[in-house]
Amino acid sequence: MSAADLGGRQATAALALPYAIELKGISKAFGSVQANKDINIAIPRGTIHGIIGENGAGKSTLMSILYGFYRADSGQILVNGAPVTIPDSQSAIRAGIGMVFQHFKLVQNFSVLENVILGAEDGPMLNSSLAKARKILGDLSREYELDVDPDALIEDLSVGHQQRVEILKALYRQAEILILDEPTGVLTPDEADHLFRILRGLRDQGKTIVLITHKLREIMETTDNVSVMRRGTMVATVKTAETSPESLAELMVGRKVLLEVEKKPSKVGEIVLSVKNLAVKDEHGVTRLKGVSFDIRAGEILGIAGVAGNGQSELLDALGGIAAASGVVVLNGAKLPLTGPRANGKARRDAGIAHVPEDRQSLGLIMDFAAWENVGFGYHDDPRYQKNAWLMDNEALRADTASKMATYDVRPPIPTLPAKSFSGGNQQKIVVAREMDRNPELLLIGQPTRGVDIGAIEFIHKQIIALRDAGSAVLLVSVELDEIMSLSDRVLVMFDGQIMGERVPAQTDERELGMMMAGMGAK
Amino acid sequence: MTKLPTWADVGLVPLISLTLAALVSAGVLLAIGQSPMQALTVMVNGALGSSYAWGYTLYYATSFIFTGLAVTVAFHAGLFNIGGEGQAQLGGLGVALVCLALPWPHWTIALLAAMFGAALFGAAWAAIPAYLQAKRGSHIVITTIMFNYIAAALLIYLLVNVLRPDGQMDPASANFPASAHLPQFQEIPILQGLFQRFGADGLPRLNAQGMPMYQQVPANVTFLIAILACVLVWVMLWHTRLGFAIRAFGKSEKAAVYAGISPLRIIMIAMLISGALAGLMAINNVMGQSERLVQNSASGAGFIGIAVALMGRNHPLGIFLAAVLFGFLFQGGAALGLETDIPIELRTVVQGLVILFTGALDQMVRMLLGAFFAKKGAT
Repeated sequence: MSAADLGGRQATAALALPYAIELKGISKAFGSVQANKDINIAIPRGTIHGIIGENGAGKSTLMSILYGFYRADSGQILVNGAPVTIPDSQSAIRAGIGMVFQHFKLVQNFSVLENVILGAEDGPMLNSSLAKARKILGDLSREYELDVDPDALIEDLSVGHQQRVEILKALYRQAEILILDEPTGVLTPDEADHLFRILRGLRDQGKTIVLITHKLREIMETTDNVSVMRRGTMVATVKTAETSPESLAELMVGRKVLLEVEKKPSKVGEIVLSVKNLAVKDEHGVTRLKGVSFDIRAGEILGIAGVAGNGQSELLDALGGIAAASGVVVLNGAKLPLTGPRANGKARRDAGIAHVPEDRQSLGLIMDFAAWENVGFGYHDDPRYQKNAWLMDNEALRADTASKMATYDVRPPIPTLPAKSFSGGNQQKIVVAREMDRNPELLLIGQPTRGVDIGAIEFIHKQIIALRDAGSAVLLVSVELDEIMSLSDRVLVMFDGQIMGERVPAQTDERELGMMMAGMGAK
Repeated sequence: MTKLPTWADVGLVPLISLTLAALVSAGVLLAIGQSPMQALTVMVNGALGSSYAWGYTLYYATSFIFTGLAVTVAFHAGLFNIGGEGQAQLGGLGVALVCLALPWPHWTIALLAAMFGAALFGAAWAAIPAYLQAKRGSHIVITTIMFNYIAAALLIYLLVNVLRPDGQMDPASANFPASAHLPQFQEIPILQGLFQRFGADGLPRLNAQGMPMYQQVPANVTFLIAILACVLVWVMLWHTRLGFAIRAFGKSEKAAVYAGISPLRIIMIAMLISGALAGLMAINNVMGQSERLVQNSASGAGFIGIAVALMGRNHPLGIFLAAVLFGFLFQGGAALGLETDIPIELRTVVQGLVILFTGALDQMVRMLLGAFFAKKGAT
């Protein structure tokens, strides 16, 4: 069956049945936590429906119920108007529901084709299934801009292409309803645009798309309707065309949110960090950072704009003591060692450099450690946390964690809870609390609000500004242009490991920066 | 998956796993035409039924505590040290060299020196695989396994050609001097009464000098050192900066590097401590029991340490309990071989089943219990 046939069947069905999915009174509790409370939602066929809410609002639980990972404590699910029970993901697939997870579930050393048929083989011998899949994949690719080389290995594909494989997997299983969980978290802006074109194409063929996200812009640009969740309840369902980002944000958070950052003009002081010809090679010997030079002064935020993978990560790693580098780095008049055993994260912390890494889950936190252990992490030699020469004072560390959690509004404020039990925004607040609370001379901060919900974004931005106003120098790396534009006092644009130029936010716009990020435009 | 209450997680799960292992063992016994009830009675009597039985069970447990702790310390640094067997044999060499070096004036001094020797040699044997892992990326599982073989070969060479006294037939060192003899349980005053021997008439048996006679058991003061080692390992892992760094590194090497923790340093230190603990086992068997160094002195305790650590969930208290359980299986299995027609090999089968259920299949029990508790919580 070709994709066109699928679409045709869909279109006739759409006339008869207005709703692809109806949820009636869905509730789900985990112990004492009510993750979903009496959720009612009706998703019309052939639309893109956004579900938006802060981390921990219950979006993922709801979708897990729909996909058969959890069973609802009460309530009813209707697919195409017929009540169904979905005890496992196989039943969800049979009901025509496909899911694209935030973290892909692909076999890295299988080809695209093999991944697509995995679990949907027609028989013990693979050849006929592979041939059939190759044909269907070809049709789908042409139809929806889903071009992926069917014989490429997953490990050789970019993240964006891997995501397309996940979509192809669902379509191959004849999904009529496609759920995407935070699909753009891992994509570049270009890849995200391409994804949305694909989704709109699918919708136009009559498929129903459920888009779970916390990014307002994606909702506004892509969806037909949007449902807002807050603390386990469905607060509102509105037509996207009749709402605004501000009102959605207010619905999500339950109070007015400042989408723009308020800041006073900077009071710039002495040069804190001076970088000359800093270069970094990766483990394969490829030069990723090709000799950058800049200064940061006390009381200013220097933003580094650029598409991910253009040397920003290496810049942070080199300054944070994680990667060896060449060049000259001077902090408050003292030269920092850039190679050898003295170039490490602890030495940099001792010198007054705090580092909020881009990847909090693999670098900034130890997910299995309790919050209090994570607050001590990297600062476990701090004399405040020692009982005597031999023993650590875990009590003191726990007390300090409790006070930091209060100051930085980490929820729930339980120091003994493991880091993995916190939402993304609260995990980031733990890292931010640990790194910012010591009033560092220089703060390195990468992707401060990636995967962080709106309320926490506002909070973290305020903290960064407060640190600047207290006289620290801040190096901000972000792929979110909005963030760079609203926080930075000066912006450097990086492309291919080099600095393309410097701008002041007030005297430039996203278009100009975007051109520079793509390698065009002179200094 | 629903999170289990702590008491169920650490108490109920192992208990159910053990029961399952016992049931399957009973099935195996029935299949070979033996009575499971008789086997259980013999095992319990043989391993727990008398002070004599306890004296053996705790002797084995002592060795397993050391090797279990060795696996655990390395494990917390994310390293799988399978070389406990070789490190324990080298520890035995260290003990033998120390004990034979001097006419020791008192056992306490001999013990301290022998502990130093055991720890030093065990640590040194772990140091090479550790360095290869840290500097060259050679996988520590492979290198420590190979070092077990090298250790066995080295000890045979030394026992045959260097340490064997002239005229002795078997490949073993000379007997240690009597002054290096460690007090066994029946020689420790407060425990002595437990080991008194009684004749058939119920009266205490007396020797030629008219003094009471005692049962000889191999359990010795090393048991107390093993308990001390459990406490010290616990303090080290959860209450020192070093333990913090070890655990952080074990959970995430990338994050550890971000925090400024040196991988080379942690791999070396964790493996040195691990090797030293495995080596310290030799105090128990070489100094406390055989009182000379024999071939294959560790007799598998290094490997059992892996099972003990697994079952003890890498916590010193759990390791202590698991070590006692394996001591029970070891001694009870030996009693089976002595007192019944059941082949002694069956003890290996039972151990295997215990490892299978408590280690490999313990997630299964946890899932079933999780479903049970989830249902209970829902109603």
